[in-house]
Amino acid sequence: MLARLRREFDIADLVLYLIGLGLLIAIVYGSIVTLSSGKYTTAQWLNFIIFGLAQGGIYALIALGYTMVYGILGMINFAHGEFFMMGSFGAFFTTAALAEMGFLERNPILSILLMMVVAMTVSAAVAVLSERIAYRPLRRAPRLVPLITAIGVSYFLQYTARGLFGSSVKAFPNIPALSGAVQLGPIAIQRSQIAVFVVVALMLLSLYFIVQRTKVGRAIRSVAEDKDAAALMGVDVDRTIALTFLIGGIMAGAAGVMYGIVFRQASFWMGFVPGLKAFTAAVLGGIGNIAGAVLGGISLGVVESIGPSLFLDGLGIAAPHQLKDAIAFTVLVLILIFRPTGLLGERLSKRA
Amino acid sequence: MTLLIARNIKKRFGGLQALTTLDVTVEPKSIHSVIGPNGAGKTTFFNCLTGFYKPEEGEILFEGRAIQGMPPDRVASRGISRTYQNIRLFSNVTVLENVLVGMHRHLHTGWFGAVIRPPTVRREEVAANDEAMRILKFVDLDKKADFVAKNLPYGEQRRLEIARALASKPTLILLDEPTAGMNPKETEDTTDLIRRLRDDLGITVLLIEHDMKVVMNISDLITVLDFGKKIAEGDSLAIRSDTHVIEAYLGRGAATGDSYGAKTPAKTEA
Amino acid sequence: MKSDRPFTLVDAAKLGLYGGISAILISLVGMTAAFAKTAIIADLLTMAQVLIYGLAFMVGFVVVGRAARGSRGLALPAGALASAVTMLSLSLLALLIGAVNLRTIFTNATAELANLILPGETSGLAGALLLTGAGAAVGLVAWLLTFVPTRIRNGLFGGIAAVVLFGLMQDVLVPILPKSVDDFLFESKGLTWVGAVVVFVLFFILSYLYAMRSQVRISRLDKLPPQQRQIARFAFTLVALIILTLLPRILGPFLSEVANQVGFYIIMALGLNVVVGFAGMLDLGYVAFYAIGAYTMAVLTTPELPIMREILPQLTFWEALPFAVGAALLAGILLGIPVLKTRGDYLAIITLGFGEIIRLLVLSDALKPFLGGAQGITGVGRPKIDDFTATNPQQFYYLILVAIVVAWFITSRLKSSRLGRSWMAIREDEDVAAAMSINLVGYKLLAFATGATLAGLSGALFASKLGSMVPASFNVLVSINVLAVLIVGGMGSLPGAVVGAIVLIGLPELLREFNEFRWWVYGAVLVFMMLNKPEGLWPEATRVRELHEAEAEHTHVDDDASPTAPATA
Repeated sequence: MLARLRREFDIADLVLYLIGLGLLIAIVYGSIVTLSSGKYTTAQWLNFIIFGLAQGGIYALIALGYTMVYGILGMINFAHGEFFMMGSFGAFFTTAALAEMGFLERNPILSILLMMVVAMTVSAAVAVLSERIAYRPLRRAPRLVPLITAIGVSYFLQYTARGLFGSSVKAFPNIPALSGAVQLGPIAIQRSQIAVFVVVALMLLSLYFIVQRTKVGRAIRSVAEDKDAAALMGVDVDRTIALTFLIGGIMAGAAGVMYGIVFRQASFWMGFVPGLKAFTAAVLGGIGNIAGAVLGGISLGVVESIGPSLFLDGLGIAAPHQLKDAIAFTVLVLILIFRPTGLLGERLSKRA
Repeated sequence: MTLLIARNIKKRFGGLQALTTLDVTVEPKSIHSVIGPNGAGKTTFFNCLTGFYKPEEGEILFEGRAIQGMPPDRVASRGISRTYQNIRLFSNVTVLENVLVGMHRHLHTGWFGAVIRPPTVRREEVAANDEAMRILKFVDLDKKADFVAKNLPYGEQRRLEIARALASKPTLILLDEPTAGMNPKETEDTTDLIRRLRDDLGITVLLIEHDMKVVMNISDLITVLDFGKKIAEGDSLAIRSDTHVIEAYLGRGAATGDSYGAKTPAKTEA
Repeated sequence: MKSDRPFTLVDAAKLGLYGGISAILISLVGMTAAFAKTAIIADLLTMAQVLIYGLAFMVGFVVVGRAARGSRGLALPAGALASAVTMLSLSLLALLIGAVNLRTIFTNATAELANLILPGETSGLAGALLLTGAGAAVGLVAWLLTFVPTRIRNGLFGGIAAVVLFGLMQDVLVPILPKSVDDFLFESKGLTWVGAVVVFVLFFILSYLYAMRSQVRISRLDKLPPQQRQIARFAFTLVALIILTLLPRILGPFLSEVANQVGFYIIMALGLNVVVGFAGMLDLGYVAFYAIGAYTMAVLTTPELPIMREILPQLTFWEALPFAVGAALLAGILLGIPVLKTRGDYLAIITLGFGEIIRLLVLSDALKPFLGGAQGITGVGRPKIDDFTATNPQQFYYLILVAIVVAWFITSRLKSSRLGRSWMAIREDEDVAAAMSINLVGYKLLAFATGATLAGLSGALFASKLGSMVPASFNVLVSINVLAVLIVGGMGSLPGAVVGAIVLIGLPELLREFNEFRWWVYGAVLVFMMLNKPEGLWPEATRVRELHEAEAEHTHVDDDASPTAPATA
């Protein structure tokens, strides 16, 4: 046993486990302190969780695009957050126009549907165009090349949005049908959050149907498994990859609408942080794994929603909610180090 | 003393049992071939020996010391080096630099040495260069030292890979199909080279090879694998008449005859 | 590729349309309007016109080249058609702006833009037709240029580029040129007619001669015996150093400031080059080490932050410098250990995550008493020797120059050593590197820590030069900036890092109007470089040699024995 330890021992592993252990102790200690102090009521905790679920649902929608593209190309599409941002702008201009016409108040459901259609179209179009122009010529390039290209695409899109739509934050008009809360026992759920739950559930179900039950889904799965073999079986690989980007773009567009409904704003830099978090969600669930992206998105949403109050507060850190993003990124770092295959993922082991 | 003992090696990938209870013993200063149909587990065995895979069970003793589960770089620094089935040179740098990287184990320059470059470091670099040129001469590539590796013809790339493996002054060298894709002349040269590794340099050679002519010609001992198991072992004469071996190959549709016909049964099957 | 299919007019129109879409995008993003304010030649030519007509010309030039490969007769109509389509698309935008109010969505779609796009005083359909016609004319010029010998053509391009550059840099050039030359060359806005002609002719001759000589010179240097080559190189270095020493005097305070800005990025780029260029690890959190260097310097030398002063004594710049660099080194090692266990793409993301965590921590109120929070820190110590304190950019320049020379020396030595070879091996094939007994984590850590140290050095100098700092200077854009510098210059190449920094950091500082669009252009440049020139503008010397050899030895390589590219899995 000792001999084996000496043979396989690695100082880096030791350091890693010590760091992990330290963080774990800090989190447990902080949580115990907070919970025993009784600073927050049960209703508050439930509200945190519901907010986290809604936020997580949005992450999940974005994460799907990351995970599907990774599954099929083995590439991190850094620009995916920008597809989401473009969709959100699409939604913003639609609602702004509808609100001006008074249509938004008269037909809220139809208006939201219209927002969805526009946002999904914009996101999907940007996604497919990016793939066609920037990624497709690089199919056989060394790994770093597509990644750097994706970074370039990301910045290009961000600053295109800045140039086209201006650098100010756009405020979504109020959608009367979605403002206010529904009282459910002790907790109040925002109507906008209910809308997010419904839309996310519908999107996920239709995605599941597409991937599992249709010819397109079969093509996507076969290309993800083995491009060359799929090509031999008569699958048009380029078209399938474009379709994957299309579906990822549609999901990102839906996420853009949801984000607009919950946070009621759009800006050219809004894609970066949610994009990175959605990537975290994708890795958390196991990148390449669609169910994993959903699970990862929702867990991340909840963790970053309750985390600051739960353990940072207990550790006596001032203004813990400023560090909400830091928690999400810490999750990212930890998961990449300790379990890069994610919670559900096995797909990666084959590729890494 | 035996150089390498692999005992009871097991390795599985998902549902596939790649190696089941494999036992191989390699004697020093010998050429030991490992043959077997495609997917028999030969390269998996190499990867277990060099630390790229961790076998689930079993023991690998190299010069009497256990090395199973050790990271690849530490296995390599014990004196095992290898070549690859699909050539894996550092293709964008020169031939000489490829060999110099191979000598890593025997050079000692650290960060400060590299920056300050004191006389000891200079001397080490000069000596390394000379040594690298000697190794290149041994495989007859000294005239191409300044070529970029990827511009070499195929046969020379194979030889360069051997030269790079030699640069670490290994005790044991693992060659994974060194003659694959070569024409008869190149195959003959390579066979010669392998023999010289043993005779001139005293290096033990563990060889995976599909070309039966080569195997029968130079092997001191041949181990035959099928489905991750050893099905036969012996010198070329014994293997040629072994019924298990003939079954394993014939069952897969390889041609009969002295050298089992096709140069690479793998290719004809695919 | 599709190049087997003959080139048709439809292809030409398609390429023209792509050009048109680009032109529309450039206009809607606001570049056209911004550049219309910059006169290149007074009352005659604005930068916006250079941009639009230049784009149409490029489209025409490319199309003419492709069409001519098929049949010569097609070249003229194809080129004219493509350029005309580009301009037609743009004029359609102008017409659309006149007809519909696009401003609710596109902030830049103003009537002013439509006026700018259409030539002269024209408007409406007449203007659109005129612009399209101008496009066709540009295509004709592109076609005519194919008949001009290459050397003269390069001379023409060189001359035009010089005129544009002179026009753009008027504000910069005027203070440093003698008054009489100024009056001769420039009006209040833009070059004078005569000035433009003189500049054009001068640079036409220069680039003509350069094209003729450069070939000869390189081969002559290569033919020298090694001893003399070393002497030549030494002499070259000496001359370069002398020029660099005198530079701040020539440049004056403003340009020295720009040079310093470029200098910070050169140091960082040389450092990141070790990580990305040598060892092949994409580090997107590089800014973290820059920030750590800067904050250590600031915290140790500022008289503010009473809490810190209770724990630590206030140091001078020189006392703090080793600590700042050391802190970055330590951070490099500490962050490196967990990070380097991951591979490839994940490494990029995990470093990005770390960079963001550090930025958020610095910004947070939790650490405000120690690090100054969002307001930052002021009163950072300046370098002081005896009674002399470096305060202005011209004095600081020398400090930065020394740091660059040190960074260059270290990285160039590392590159050509056993470490450089090991990094190369890791970059090319990790598995094989490990089988060569290279300890992957150890050597990656060395590269990572070297890069971090240089970033820390750059950060420490940056904090001191500024005298105060805010966390906003340390966002992820800095990492991307350094990466872009490396990619444009050529990954792995030391001169490339310098050239990249001058082009990507220096030029935008000089061209005020451009600054607003630098990120947009960077994004496009990254994509363009990766698609067309992944080796960069100034590639590593070995890569150049490699290409030369590939040509020279082509005949030696047996045709049937084409080397199979090893799989890079």
